[in-house]
Amino acid sequence: MSAKKNNIGDFMKSLPKNIFSGFVVSLIALPLGLGLAMASDAPPISGIITAVIGGITVSILGGSNVTITGPGNGLVGVLLVSITTLGIEGAYAAIICSGAVLLILGFLRLGKLADFFPSSAIQGMLAAIGLIILGKQFHIMLGNKITREGNIDYLLEIPRTIINAFNYENAGFTYAAIFGVLSLAIMVFYSKIRNKYLQLVPAPMWIVLLSIGFSYYYELVAKAPNPIAPEYMISGIPALGEIVSDIPTPNFTGISSMAFWGNVLALTLIASIESLLSIKAVDKLDPEKRRSNINRDLKALGLATVGSGFVGGMNVVTVIARSSVNVNNGGTNRSANFFHATFLVLFIALFSTQLTRIPLPALMAILVYTGYKLANPAMIRKIFSIGKEQLIIFFATLLTTLFVGLITGIVIGVITTLVIHLIVNKNIGLFLRNVLKPNVLMYQETEGNYYVSVKHFCTFLNYYRLKEKIDDLPEDQDVVVDFSMCAFVDHTVMENVHDYQELFAKRGGHFDVIGLDMHDTDSAHPFALRRLLPIPKVISKNLTRRQHLLEELSKDYHLEYIPQKNKDIRALESFVYFKTKQIQDIYNELYTDEHTLHAFDIHYSEGEFIAKENVRATMLTIDIACPMPSFTIDKEGFLEKFYGLAGYRDINISGHSDFSKRFYLLGEDEQAIRDFFTDDLVHFFESNPYYHIESNGTQLLIFNKERTASIKEIKALLDYGKRLQQVICDIDVNQPSQ
Amino acid sequence: MQERPFQVIGIGAAFSPTLKANLYESSRLSLAFDATLVLIHVGEDSVEKRNQLDEILAPFKKEGLGYAYVFQPGNPVESILEAAQKHQIDLLILGALQRENIVNYYVGSIARKITRKAPCSVLLLIKPSIERVPCDHIVVNGLEAEKTKQTIGAAFHVAHRLKAGRLTIVEEIRQQEIAIKAQDDKSLRQVTLKKEKLKRREDMRVQQMIEAVPQAIKEGITIETQPIFGRRGYSIGHYAEVVRADLLVMNASKSGSFWDRLFPHDIEHILTELPTDVLIIQ
Repeated sequence: MSAKKNNIGDFMKSLPKNIFSGFVVSLIALPLGLGLAMASDAPPISGIITAVIGGITVSILGGSNVTITGPGNGLVGVLLVSITTLGIEGAYAAIICSGAVLLILGFLRLGKLADFFPSSAIQGMLAAIGLIILGKQFHIMLGNKITREGNIDYLLEIPRTIINAFNYENAGFTYAAIFGVLSLAIMVFYSKIRNKYLQLVPAPMWIVLLSIGFSYYYELVAKAPNPIAPEYMISGIPALGEIVSDIPTPNFTGISSMAFWGNVLALTLIASIESLLSIKAVDKLDPEKRRSNINRDLKALGLATVGSGFVGGMNVVTVIARSSVNVNNGGTNRSANFFHATFLVLFIALFSTQLTRIPLPALMAILVYTGYKLANPAMIRKIFSIGKEQLIIFFATLLTTLFVGLITGIVIGVITTLVIHLIVNKNIGLFLRNVLKPNVLMYQETEGNYYVSVKHFCTFLNYYRLKEKIDDLPEDQDVVVDFSMCAFVDHTVMENVHDYQELFAKRGGHFDVIGLDMHDTDSAHPFALRRLLPIPKVISKNLTRRQHLLEELSKDYHLEYIPQKNKDIRALESFVYFKTKQIQDIYNELYTDEHTLHAFDIHYSEGEFIAKENVRATMLTIDIACPMPSFTIDKEGFLEKFYGLAGYRDINISGHSDFSKRFYLLGEDEQAIRDFFTDDLVHFFESNPYYHIESNGTQLLIFNKERTASIKEIKALLDYGKRLQQVICDIDVNQPSQ
Repeated sequence: MQERPFQVIGIGAAFSPTLKANLYESSRLSLAFDATLVLIHVGEDSVEKRNQLDEILAPFKKEGLGYAYVFQPGNPVESILEAAQKHQIDLLILGALQRENIVNYYVGSIARKITRKAPCSVLLLIKPSIERVPCDHIVVNGLEAEKTKQTIGAAFHVAHRLKAGRLTIVEEIRQQEIAIKAQDDKSLRQVTLKKEKLKRREDMRVQQMIEAVPQAIKEGITIETQPIFGRRGYSIGHYAEVVRADLLVMNASKSGSFWDRLFPHDIEHILTELPTDVLIIQ
């Protein structure tokens, strides 16, 4: 019971912070809600209704922690289509239905649905939505209300609107345009001016405050009518009472038509994708490192959307921008979302008449900025750096979305991605044969870390299997994901894996990716898709993420790093371990200054011809200056595997029964070995993790797994080697005195 | 536990390029298991064929290998199954095929049919070789099934006879058994706890089975257990591939109905994608 009480205590303690944070968020949500609703051709107040219903419902029933819900940017394009084709009442019915579908998705635990879309296609779709918003609102921002057929026409007419803006005959329009440009300037430069008083109020609220102040100045001081043309002012903000009495009735007459369900599908798709992407992104921001229950959140969002549709609101989605403002202002739990809704109700109740003093261009400037953010040219540059093929996917989705529609756009994006994957691999069989196979294996290695191996290929088609396994792991654990059995890994997976790396790093775990060093890629970007080469190239052009990390590690530890393959492996062949093995080459070498420590990835094979098996592992060699007998030491019970050779037997060191029991020590000159294993050395072995160690008289060979090591494992290996070297050198100093 | 689980070993002898390698492997196994080798040839009897086989087997005959010929013309699947029945073969050796240009082995359609219907244990060899390749590491399934105890017993027997140093018993923990989905922190904790519990339970079950194996054949073998999370029957193959096991020992599947082939499970997965040599214990 005490834990419960404590929870309530914590909740009460964090309440002031959450109230404040909710207040700041509501300052943004107010203008944004009005703007988004107007951009969708819905009555402005419906945006506020959406935020209020969403905020209250999701804060009570939702499964995430610091997210804010309300009307979404992504939905503007779809809602616009719904409202024009079905009429506003019909659109409400479609919204209610899409809420019900979302609810069902949540109950069916289909939160993973968004994982089935390639990330470049999603980016293309979001950029298209950005352009739709920007294209339409840009004209209103410059005081030029126009109505055109297609999305693309709005974009094409932007230059003409800019030229026209300089010679309006009606001065009211010019004022409107000036106000729009000023507001846009506030949005753009706000984040660049770092002034703590200025930053107290968010940029959209500054715009609202300035425009209301401007209007009052003319009314009270200048005693003149507002110079901005009256048709460019917000109209129809009802008072609280009017909202309740004027609740629209949704029109379900179109429910049997295909067009209706097409709209429902589009609304549901975009609402779920936007929400799921936002929840995932916000989870990374959560200061308390909690994990959101996505399916529960979907259910809450669905229910909120149903409710919102019935009272004249739009789709409720989780929104990233408002959520991150919430985190930045100290929001710690769902109550912030609740208070954001409460403050919105207060604003409408107290200031609904003042809100009509906001000029439309000011609001639309906020939207133009949002649209620009979605279709940021920097994003295109980033995608291009990942790979040209991603740019094709991106533009295929973007253009189809603009010219045809959202659903067609995303479908084309998926198809383009599939075709590109086929072209890159030139192997349909790889996909057809393996797409249904449960290709992910996970188990806990004896050291306690988790090992995940992926086979065949890993793309957006079967990424959910990998995700399912990783999601089952606590983020403070060590995870190694091995792609060495994977012939092809696509950009979507690489990007998601990178997200996991960040998440694990933030929560105290380690997430390492291995087995990609032998894969080929055309681009230097860490997210680029990778294909396993049948015949490895002599030098691959681009370093993998692991190789970049190795490079970083080498700088950090003052080591010399050589990623290229090295065929000079004579020194290694004197080790007994390699007697039955054929060393192919070593690569990813790390040297200390004096070249005494030498860590490397090694590629060797066992057996020949048809029985040949290729192995890649990470090993360390140390030069020992002092005399040292040849010996091999490993965990008791493991050596027989490596040495089926007769004539060797375990050497026991007297006085160290624990050591003798746990370790298997082999060598020809037993006396020399007994002399060499002093108390210090024995204690060192007893107190450190197991490694396989072999001495050839002048060098030590150290490794512990027959696979390439993760960065963390390499650090441990280097540290172990250094300390072992130290212990052995001390023996050398002490020995003459004995 | 039988003293000698495999007394009669059968192999289909087709005059293909891999004939010599196949015969060498099966002869070595017959010697290791103290078993009689039965060579089944689907076709007519002829002196030439007998001479050719005799020639290949000559070095093993010197070491004391006893073998017999069966010539049985007709449908290969039926002929081999019939011969297996008639000669009371305990272990049937079949060769696998390699997919062109990729390192990927699978069981051909004839061998697959035989595997499904065989009344005895089946050994699928992915890379028969004339030289002896030592068998060091054996992976065996520890499924919760009737046959598992027998399978593990047989695996130990094989390990003992082939002088393998290491035997890993893999417990496949199914996703369904965890029953909870990790959706947030609370359910994640539950999942982690449940997994630990399942791991302990599985480990206890497997330990009991290990206890039942006679000490004599456990001698000198490092025994390990490894719980893995993945699809039953498929992931064990994946595991064997990851740890580069030399032999995978599995239970035979119960039935081979139409549905089993449509929705492959257990053994069917392994047949399309052999990770290493596979021994299926009947």
